[in-house]
Amino acid sequence: MAQQQKTQYAIECRKITKMFGQVIANDEIDLNVKYGEILALLGENGSGKTTLMNMLSGIYHPDSGQIFIGGREVKINSPVDAMNLGIGMIHQHFKLVEAFRAMDNIVLGTKGKKEKSKTTSEKIKQISETYGLEIEPEKYVSDMSVSEKQTVEILKVLYKGAEILILDEPTAVLTPQETEKLFAILRKMREKGCAIIIITHKLQEVLAISDRVTILRKGKSIETVNTADCDARKLTELMVGRPVSLEIERPQMPETETILKIVDLSVNKPDGSKAIDDISFEIKRGEILGVAGVAGSGQKELCEAIAGLLPSQKGAILFQKENLLGKTPSEIIEKGVSMSFVPEDRLGMGLVASMGMTDNMLLKSYQKGKGPFVNRKPAKDLAEKLIGKLGIVTPGTETPVRLLSGGNVQKVLLGREIEASPTVLITAYPVRGLDINSSYTVYDLLNEQKKKNVAVMYIGEDLDVLLELSDRIMVLCHGRITGIVDARSTTKEEIGMMMTGENNMIDTGKEAL
Amino acid sequence: MDIIIKFLVAAVGAGTPLLFGTVGEILTEKTGHLNLGVEGMMSIGACIGFMVGYYTDNFFLALLFAAIAGACSALIYAVLTVTFMANQNVTGLTLTIFGIGFANFIGIFVLNKSPEGTLKLPERITAAMRGIHIPGLSDIPVIGELLFSYSPFVYIGIIIAVICAYYLNRTKEGLNLKAIGENPGAADAAGIKITKVKYINIILGGAICGIGGVYCSMIINGGVWISDNVGGLGWIAVALVIFANWQPSYAILGSFVFGALRVLKYYIPQSVFPFPIAFYDMLPFLMTALVLVISSMRKSGRINLPAALGLNYFREER
Amino acid sequence: MSNSTENVQNEPFARVIKRAELSAGKTTLLRLSAVLLSLIAGGVFIACVGQNPFVIYGTILSGAFRSMMAFQGTIKLMIPLLISSLGVTLAFKMKFWNIGAEGQIIFGATCATFFALFCSGMNHVLLIIVMFLAGFIGGGLWGLIPAIFKVKYGTNETLFTLMLNYIALHIVSYLRDGPWMDPESQGFPKIARFDKNASLDKLCGIQFGWLIALILVIFVFVYLKFCKQGYEISVVGESQDTARYAGMNVKKIVLRTMFLSGGICGMAGMIQATGSDITLTTSVAGGVGFTAIIVAWLAQLNPFSILIVSFLFSVLEKGSSVVQSNFGLSTDCADVLQGIILFFILGCEFFVRYRFVFRNKVPKFNKKEMEG
Repeated sequence: MAQQQKTQYAIECRKITKMFGQVIANDEIDLNVKYGEILALLGENGSGKTTLMNMLSGIYHPDSGQIFIGGREVKINSPVDAMNLGIGMIHQHFKLVEAFRAMDNIVLGTKGKKEKSKTTSEKIKQISETYGLEIEPEKYVSDMSVSEKQTVEILKVLYKGAEILILDEPTAVLTPQETEKLFAILRKMREKGCAIIIITHKLQEVLAISDRVTILRKGKSIETVNTADCDARKLTELMVGRPVSLEIERPQMPETETILKIVDLSVNKPDGSKAIDDISFEIKRGEILGVAGVAGSGQKELCEAIAGLLPSQKGAILFQKENLLGKTPSEIIEKGVSMSFVPEDRLGMGLVASMGMTDNMLLKSYQKGKGPFVNRKPAKDLAEKLIGKLGIVTPGTETPVRLLSGGNVQKVLLGREIEASPTVLITAYPVRGLDINSSYTVYDLLNEQKKKNVAVMYIGEDLDVLLELSDRIMVLCHGRITGIVDARSTTKEEIGMMMTGENNMIDTGKEAL
Repeated sequence: MDIIIKFLVAAVGAGTPLLFGTVGEILTEKTGHLNLGVEGMMSIGACIGFMVGYYTDNFFLALLFAAIAGACSALIYAVLTVTFMANQNVTGLTLTIFGIGFANFIGIFVLNKSPEGTLKLPERITAAMRGIHIPGLSDIPVIGELLFSYSPFVYIGIIIAVICAYYLNRTKEGLNLKAIGENPGAADAAGIKITKVKYINIILGGAICGIGGVYCSMIINGGVWISDNVGGLGWIAVALVIFANWQPSYAILGSFVFGALRVLKYYIPQSVFPFPIAFYDMLPFLMTALVLVISSMRKSGRINLPAALGLNYFREER
Repeated sequence: MSNSTENVQNEPFARVIKRAELSAGKTTLLRLSAVLLSLIAGGVFIACVGQNPFVIYGTILSGAFRSMMAFQGTIKLMIPLLISSLGVTLAFKMKFWNIGAEGQIIFGATCATFFALFCSGMNHVLLIIVMFLAGFIGGGLWGLIPAIFKVKYGTNETLFTLMLNYIALHIVSYLRDGPWMDPESQGFPKIARFDKNASLDKLCGIQFGWLIALILVIFVFVYLKFCKQGYEISVVGESQDTARYAGMNVKKIVLRTMFLSGGICGMAGMIQATGSDITLTTSVAGGVGFTAIIVAWLAQLNPFSILIVSFLFSVLEKGSSVVQSNFGLSTDCADVLQGIILFFILGCEFFVRYRFVFRNKVPKFNKKEMEG
């Protein structure tokens, strides 16, 4: 074997295979990256990117295959092994202890005696200056913003002397401006000779930052290409496996009546802090109102307030001129306001993980019918209907939904909500974790509802999708509306500015109304 | 005045088994594991420690074996919940039922074999457990009695609590331990050997509880074995952990306060407060319930409840 | 492969990986082998105290069945255990850790005793009904207290219910030593034996509580499986957020379920006091409330499995008392054996979902598992 050629790689993976129960997550994957290079790992959700990287960082253990670091074959059995080999991973869901200060998180797991706070603090500041990072070592993580937390994550691996950095979807939680700042830091690290792997499914970012791209599809490594020789269309084809149209339909509907009007609404989180701060907007029948914003800007609380799950401090939610505030969730459901929120773990709210489809269909309708007993017959019929209509893959109507794949779970949830024929459909992150095909099924479902004159509120993460799908886009920042704009005429940059609240706040959204 | 000093001294004595139980459980809970088996671990420690003391007449050996017995019973819990990821509540409860049953069973088994029909500790060990006497210091009026007159258990308990406080708040190992209880995923990614740290601390916690147990069997009933000698103190200890806000230093205070409640009935004259005895017996439990309610009402402040308490960790969960 | 693989030694001895879900048959087989193993472990324990395990196990079995009277005794032990297991099942299904069955039994029995002592002149059928109601409501209220604090302040129910056990116990000892002390006992603290009129009738030679217990098995099964309220309990148990989202009044459901759960346990107490003890003692619950938790858990909260498990436990309990009289081993032996059985079952649940892979062994994936 050509030893020389191999040693220039920081990481080389050969035929890595990993299974979870009966699911093949990685199937004989090959991958390599050099020092002083940024490699993008591109693939749809569920293509096995994160699994592969977790094996490099010692969280998972490959079932078979070889890993070479700096040309030497290694077995990475634990995060300590990975650390000793100079590998540092920045996880998508931060691995930080919220109750600790930044510096405690950074020194966590290092060898040696506990140093004085001051010494540690100095060391951290020194490293952050080298790479142009900004941090307050004494600050508690629980008090930090998302991008501050990410800085702590990066410092954590740098402090331990990592030369190979793996970033799992680092931009998912950042505004466009914060993303640019992160990329500048990554470029600086590349200059210093670090090998960097960045996982993402955003094509624009791949093109902007990487030197080479490795594409994964359904657990297999498909191809590795030089970024310079590529464009978005080619990458998508490689990722999905066939040419796809990236266009989302946006049917034009005639101007109609306003059905839901939110007036001066303020909502507190259960812990008492302010989540929604004095906002007003309205939704019309037959339109999709997109809601953009950095995660945690009040989207969840807004949904919950409309659904009657969270009390509001002031204001009103008018549904056909009737105030919904003070009504119980079941009364609001009766009125035809449907809310479906897909949380990060996908199952937390809306579906009962251990129950089958039949019992999940019952969730909002079990009270129907007289007597103390539940009537399962119509629910079972509905479940069977949805399986046929939406192509849900499940062994049966009684199989617990937690055993279904993410796409199917979301089809169950959305299908149930739509079958209840709502007049207002609020849906938050319905394509979270879905592959492109399933995502498009969801967009079609939403458009179908729009054509049926349903008012749709779509809370999303991907700005490109919001721009193509919505009629109007409302931007939330720290619980306030920083703008409501026409989706047909606005730009990504404009929305990005509003997401950080840096736009002019004076004429808040008035012109679009 | 005299009666107040006697009361305080008695309170410290009555609070000591609680101190061991509470500190042991704090260590356990800091790993993110809620061990409801404190009562069981204390019972097993009480039984084994007493029997070793009974047969060897050696205070140190009794203490050592009580600790080992507590550690072994905690090991059962650790294997089931850490390695086998069993439900922590059920495992802890089972340990309690098993522990009490085991202690009573062994107690009666040995009792049936003894010629006297009772199990009473021999003289030398009883003497060793009696209040210490430091010439000079112990003779100082009031202070001598309040500070230098207790059974060695009291000092051992306080020393253990202080060491644990130092360990948790001042050392890297303590920081690692707390990280595990807060966010095992983060601790794992930081390279801390989670399983090892969990085992060590759960077992240490069990050992400390075991010592608390042997106090119950050897001191509370004057060195005579009776069944059910821990009598619910283990449960109060679990609740005291909340009262102490997961801080060993507060545990010292908390257990002596509860010790005072336990001995109150001997010091309140019936003529002044004509409460029935049953009321005083109920008092510690009533107060514990009250503490639970109050601490759950208190929403402000930094509460030290480990965020991952009660959740088992599996690295490859997805 | 000439490359150095120096850190292979660091590889852990065994790792845990998730397995494909086992079939029901295999799961049952696994649990049965866990029970078998636990009996072996229990046998080792018995051998350690100098007895022949086979003789002891044989005595336990024959002790429970050797005569009609012995069998009736077994059933008598089973009644409160079965009923309170059903009671805690309701709470557990909701993931409400009601370990206060002990206290609910005691308080239910106490409330029923009030009528047994002071209204014993009432019409017999009416009195029995009143006592049932009193037991139910008493136990229910005792279960309601922690539920109220839980929904209002999020107070830890595990510890709270536990404290209530001891409080109930001391209430009985107060009544025994004071207001309810038997005037004819010459100062010995005990509560008088109930009037014949205030004790439960017999059916087939055993107090008719067994019939109530069987009816409750069916009731709890139907309630959980087919009733709207049972459906609500399952949803709340799975996720309170989801329940609220579906428009359920979570607080009301928690309160109602805990009242029912405590109420059923209270009935167990009333049946024990008026059917078996014919008086109220501090040991009216006698640890049944705790054993009920083990039973409910072993039976995976299935009422029919609870019937079987509680019967087996009563055999163990009854047999242990025979072992006590024949071999001088205390009845605490039953607790020890129960604990060991549950330890093994708890451990075996792991193998239903996960398995170990040992060092230097590439995990084998059989094709069937992958395709299935």
